[in-house]
Amino acid sequence: MEKITVSGGSRTSRLIDPLPIYIMWLREMKRIFRVKARLISNLLMPVLFLAFLGLPLSMVSMNGSEMFGLPPGVDFLDFLAPGIIGMTILFSSLMGGASVVWDKEFGFLKEVMVAPVSRFSILLGRQAGAMTISIGQALIILLIATLMGVNLQNSPIVLLSIVFMVLTSATFMGLGLILATKLGEMEGFMAILSLFQMPLFFMSVALFPLDLMPKWLGYIICLNPFTYGVDGLRGALVGISTFPLALDLFVIFACAAVLAGLGTHFFSTMEAD
Amino acid sequence: MNVLEVEGLTKTFGEFVAVDQIGFTVSEGEIFGFLGPNGAGKSTTIKILTTILNPTSGEARVCGYDVVRQMDEVRRSIGIVFQDPSIDRFLTGRENLRYHAVMYHMPSKMIEERIDEVLDLLDLRGREDIPIKDCSAGIQRRFEVARGFMTHPRLLFLDEPTVGLDMQARKRLWSYINKLREEEEITIFLTTHYIEEADHLCDRVGIIDHGKIVAIDTPQNLKDVVGGETILVEAANRRNGRFVDALRELEWVTAIEDGGQELRLSVIGGESRIPQILTVASQTGTLITSVELVRPSLEDVFLYYTGKTMREEEGSLQDLRKARMRRRR
Repeated sequence: MEKITVSGGSRTSRLIDPLPIYIMWLREMKRIFRVKARLISNLLMPVLFLAFLGLPLSMVSMNGSEMFGLPPGVDFLDFLAPGIIGMTILFSSLMGGASVVWDKEFGFLKEVMVAPVSRFSILLGRQAGAMTISIGQALIILLIATLMGVNLQNSPIVLLSIVFMVLTSATFMGLGLILATKLGEMEGFMAILSLFQMPLFFMSVALFPLDLMPKWLGYIICLNPFTYGVDGLRGALVGISTFPLALDLFVIFACAAVLAGLGTHFFSTMEAD
Repeated sequence: MNVLEVEGLTKTFGEFVAVDQIGFTVSEGEIFGFLGPNGAGKSTTIKILTTILNPTSGEARVCGYDVVRQMDEVRRSIGIVFQDPSIDRFLTGRENLRYHAVMYHMPSKMIEERIDEVLDLLDLRGREDIPIKDCSAGIQRRFEVARGFMTHPRLLFLDEPTVGLDMQARKRLWSYINKLREEEEITIFLTTHYIEEADHLCDRVGIIDHGKIVAIDTPQNLKDVVGGETILVEAANRRNGRFVDALRELEWVTAIEDGGQELRLSVIGGESRIPQILTVASQTGTLITSVELVRPSLEDVFLYYTGKTMREEEGSLQDLRKARMRRRR
């Protein structure tokens, strides 16, 4: 039998190691399709929101959209759909970011951590997988929303929505990672995670326009990074936004850089045991 | 040549000393085992040697590489089977093996061929395309072992390899580990709290208790230190004492303890002495009802060195651990 030397002399592990990154991404893809219940439940909530919140309120707004603080002639469903797409990204990214550390619970993290692959590559592979799943789900919801009658704006700006999806996903995967590295060993970490995700979702412009909110709540909403992700997404997809798109882009980019960077730092210095 | 060299290795968690100044070497091709109760410091040692934990002090070199300063080189030279299951349950055995191979930079054209090899070696053919979660505990464990030596490591760590398996699955895994050593020219470091496992698998055993190595030697030498073999003889009629007197004449009987119905003979020479005892019995007209040869086990060795049985130690160590956990919170 021929012996293969796997150790390549004194080569230290590269910061970006393409094949391991790819295989980690592939693992995520395989897992999501094998645990179909997870995939379905991830898609069910946004669809329910669109159907049972979006459609009825859209009927109401046909009689007078001003009551929702929307520009005249704008359908509520058009307004809501980007918010729900944002929600899909928010929830799945928080969960995806945290799941790297969750492998710890199931023992698999150790297998990954002792491999001769840099922590940065480990993170990159896992997070690329989680982001693909997150954005894939968002695109499915977008498709369903269009089938429900949401009117996307007829302009190449629509493509900018992908950028907002990526940045929003990166932001909240970073947050999920930070929470998991710091609190992941606590009992009921799932509950802690939902303690973050619900306020992040509701205290934003995902469901209702900023003008409709009481002033004090408006300040909180403006402090929430998710607001800028959703607002940008909405601006790109249907052409309605509270803030200028450039501001949205700047804020969500900055948040993504800070949170993802911090998460990476915590993960790199985390003990594998 | 030494594949593993450890000197003065210490790991403390707060005030708790998990590993206390241990030192030993493991040479190429050997199966070396740590035997000790749960909580004795076995897993902590493995975690240090596999670069998962940093030592508090002391040094360890794996294949000549320092476990702290040359972490990557160490990682490339070793395979690990962790104590707790660490295999992806949703992936199949083959996918898990492939994943591992890519993570260890095995050239892709060699991967499939090597998968076939390890599947054959561990008799896993026919199970490689079933998700791990649908395999039995014994098969799951075998896949983890397969993964451990997949990339031709020079040193394979097995942390409590058979814990949680039933006796049958355990014995099968032992035979696979022996086969592995013969066919792959691999060095194995294992930990266990099963006496029979250390005895059956290891060329040399280190007995570990409270983070300290209390003895290191081959299982046979360890047992010899505790004392030789004992033959228990039950005789129906030996009123005249001629039997015992005749036994005392024999030079290979070092001591006789008369327990009424039963005689305990400390002997040198093992089972080959049993026919000779029977001859003496027939010469003296004694009717033997049973003869039994008792060898000291590593359990006796543990008792000899620590003054406690492994089970007693486990109890007290678990209490200690719980107390430590409470303090941490």
